[in-house]
Amino acid sequence: MAENILELKNISKQFPGVLALDGVDFDLKEGEVHALVGENGAGKSTLVKIITGIYKSTEGNIIYKGKEIEWANPLESVMEGIAAIYQEPTIFPDLNVAENIFMGHHKFNKYTRKIRWKELYDKTRELMKNLNPNIKPKDRIIGLSLAERQLVEIAKALSMEAKIIIMDEPTSALSISESEELFSIIENLKQDGKAILFISHRLEDVFVVADRVTVFRDGKLIGTKDIKDVTNESLIEMMVGRKVKDLFPKIDVKQGKEVLRIENLSKKGNFKNVSFSLHEGEILGFYGLVGAGRTEVAKAIFGMDLADSGKIFIRGKEKKIRNPDQAIEMGLAYVPENRDEEGIILDTDITTNISLPILESVSNFGWLDKNAEIKTANKYSEMLEVKASGLDQKVMNLSGGNKQKVSLAKWLASKSKILLFDEPTKGIDVGAKAAVHKFISELASKGFAILMISSELPEIMGMSDNILVMHEGLVTNYFKKGEATREKILQSAISDKK
Amino acid sequence: MAKKDNNFKKTDTGNSSSLMLKFAGFREMGIFVFLIILVIVISIRSPVFLTFENIYDIGLDTAILAIIAVGEMMVIITRGIDISVGTGLGLSGMVVALILAENWWIPPWLAILMGIAVGAILGSFNGLLIVKGKIPPIIATLGTMSVFRGITFIINFQVAGGQWVSAHNLSDSFKAFARSTFLKIPNLILIAIIIYIIFYYFLNHTVTGRQIYAVGSSPESAKVIGINIDKITFLPYLFTGMLFGMGGVLWVSRYTAAQTDSGTGFEFTVITAVVVGGVAIAGGSGSIFGILLGSIIIGVINNAVHLIRVSPFWKLAIYGFIILLAVIVDKAISRRINKALLERRKI
Repeated sequence: MAENILELKNISKQFPGVLALDGVDFDLKEGEVHALVGENGAGKSTLVKIITGIYKSTEGNIIYKGKEIEWANPLESVMEGIAAIYQEPTIFPDLNVAENIFMGHHKFNKYTRKIRWKELYDKTRELMKNLNPNIKPKDRIIGLSLAERQLVEIAKALSMEAKIIIMDEPTSALSISESEELFSIIENLKQDGKAILFISHRLEDVFVVADRVTVFRDGKLIGTKDIKDVTNESLIEMMVGRKVKDLFPKIDVKQGKEVLRIENLSKKGNFKNVSFSLHEGEILGFYGLVGAGRTEVAKAIFGMDLADSGKIFIRGKEKKIRNPDQAIEMGLAYVPENRDEEGIILDTDITTNISLPILESVSNFGWLDKNAEIKTANKYSEMLEVKASGLDQKVMNLSGGNKQKVSLAKWLASKSKILLFDEPTKGIDVGAKAAVHKFISELASKGFAILMISSELPEIMGMSDNILVMHEGLVTNYFKKGEATREKILQSAISDKK
Repeated sequence: MAKKDNNFKKTDTGNSSSLMLKFAGFREMGIFVFLIILVIVISIRSPVFLTFENIYDIGLDTAILAIIAVGEMMVIITRGIDISVGTGLGLSGMVVALILAENWWIPPWLAILMGIAVGAILGSFNGLLIVKGKIPPIIATLGTMSVFRGITFIINFQVAGGQWVSAHNLSDSFKAFARSTFLKIPNLILIAIIIYIIFYYFLNHTVTGRQIYAVGSSPESAKVIGINIDKITFLPYLFTGMLFGMGGVLWVSRYTAAQTDSGTGFEFTVITAVVVGGVAIAGGSGSIFGILLGSIIIGVINNAVHLIRVSPFWKLAIYGFIILLAVIVDKAISRRINKALLERRKI
């Protein structure tokens, strides 16, 4: 059996409030493809960042090529032969292929300092020959597709004689034929003795390329298996098998009238033929992997990034929504994923944030009634249990969970009845999560209609009445209450087979 | 290697998309066409335009602009901006002119070196504020823009009692310098050509030059592969300083005077030339050819508004219009390219 090129012993990583990795033992062999799987937030990315030196582990040892090492910075790991290729390639879009490959280790004449272009271009051509000869050394990156950019990154790794190549979700944005190309390249790299760490949400890809697979859940390594010893079902079971405690105080609500119906909403390059309907008192969970197109759908409904075609019905009437202003007018509200950028105004106080969408109702003839404003803000922040030193505290100084509460409170104060939540509990701690869940559930019981985008399966399972699943821009499944199981949902999210 | 589907590269893009993708490398072509159209239109309106003397004049008027545009372009490529070039030019010119007024023996080439030295100090100051002081470039140079002008006034007042340096204070050899020729090419234009050759080589063929593009194109990626971002960000401001220092001295020679308001508003002319020359204001791209064309376009427009007798009131509006046009075209092209790329996903 091949040598272990990398061994991690008892690695832990503590972030403030979160134990991201908990005593992980992991190894990687020369000439193998080792897949890492797990839900979002399970600890895969943290592990990669520790291997590449972006993070330092709180505990544990890294043994690389038989020696214990500690990276001073990410560059050191690159120089020692660990190359990481991220989902969004980190390259220079304005420069050409050869320069991207050799930036940082350009070859040049010592006296004139002139770059040896010929050598650069020849080497690039040689590297690309095995990857994709259609990519010419002088092509500018800006004209290449994502798949082609990834190949440039692989070439870069090879030019630096990388021993370990880490691929983080490399296939998530590729078409099927592009993925197949990538797999045959990975096979070749393996033959050359490279060790490949392959992170993917697509289990079908894992079965195609991987020799071994390691499952992460909640920061723990659940198990490492030879690929021939696992099945799709057993992997999913390892990934999701967790206890769901009181995190999801879902209240049963009788569903009322249909308030929102979407028919064949399409936007080129983003999503296609999305249809669903939403009722009073309903929480519709919207599941999919990152990049499946859910946020784009929500933004299209809310009038932020318009769809190319399709119909939106509100309370049975077709409506044209061209901007968020009109959407708010029709009773829609959008609580965005990028809370700090789109959800709240960081450097103002809580009161200002909450009253923002309802300024008209707390003012007389255009004059702001400060007392009415504070009263409203007080009411909703109490309702949500926002923890702050006072309503005049700046939102930027609040914790993630409390920021989210302010971001929600804002819409409560407005007259919105249809709420689009985008990852409402992303990046907030468990206690705050439970509070946000409780609150969303209460909203539904008061007759609000809620579309909840989430990438966390337990949240989707625990909170939703019905569940909509999307994969690569298409709605792949719709589960009525009680129909869904974890396995079925995951299955629909990772492949387009119905 | 198993190549099942070789044509996954550039197949599924429609005609207009593939055109857009090709356009990515051709931006100077558009500027060049724009210049040709401009020249044709103007020469129809004014027959004098295409005479040798007039073209010669345009060359002299454009040279200083073109020289400073090189520095400004490097700054903009690294995602910065330098709006202190106009007053920096004025200050460098004033300092050197005041010295020259007392020392007629100083030859023009030494005067130019002195200008470069003064400019280097001013440019380093900008660079340090931005790199070490972590001040956004537009704010830092907004500050130094006023500081430079203020110092010009103070020095002029302290040394010459507020009297501007005018033609009779300067030596004949210095006054003649800008207009004299070498191999029939005016020195001013010759210097511009040398600067362009040097920086063409620097930006396209040296590691440091390419790193300037890399940092502007993606600072995060640059950091990951170990480029010294502080150094690469600092250098363009230093070079810009040296170039406006040189420009300041040439300006004094060309207009045979150093005034406390020399170069007022020149920063906008320079930025206009750079932007019209196809340099993306978001950083990462821009070429020596582009800004040469951009500078010439500005020179031609300046010249034409005199020839066609456009009211000077209109001149500013025309400037503004052209800068907007250039930016709109620039944005439209990059949006199209992005869209063409996105549409390759078969959704």
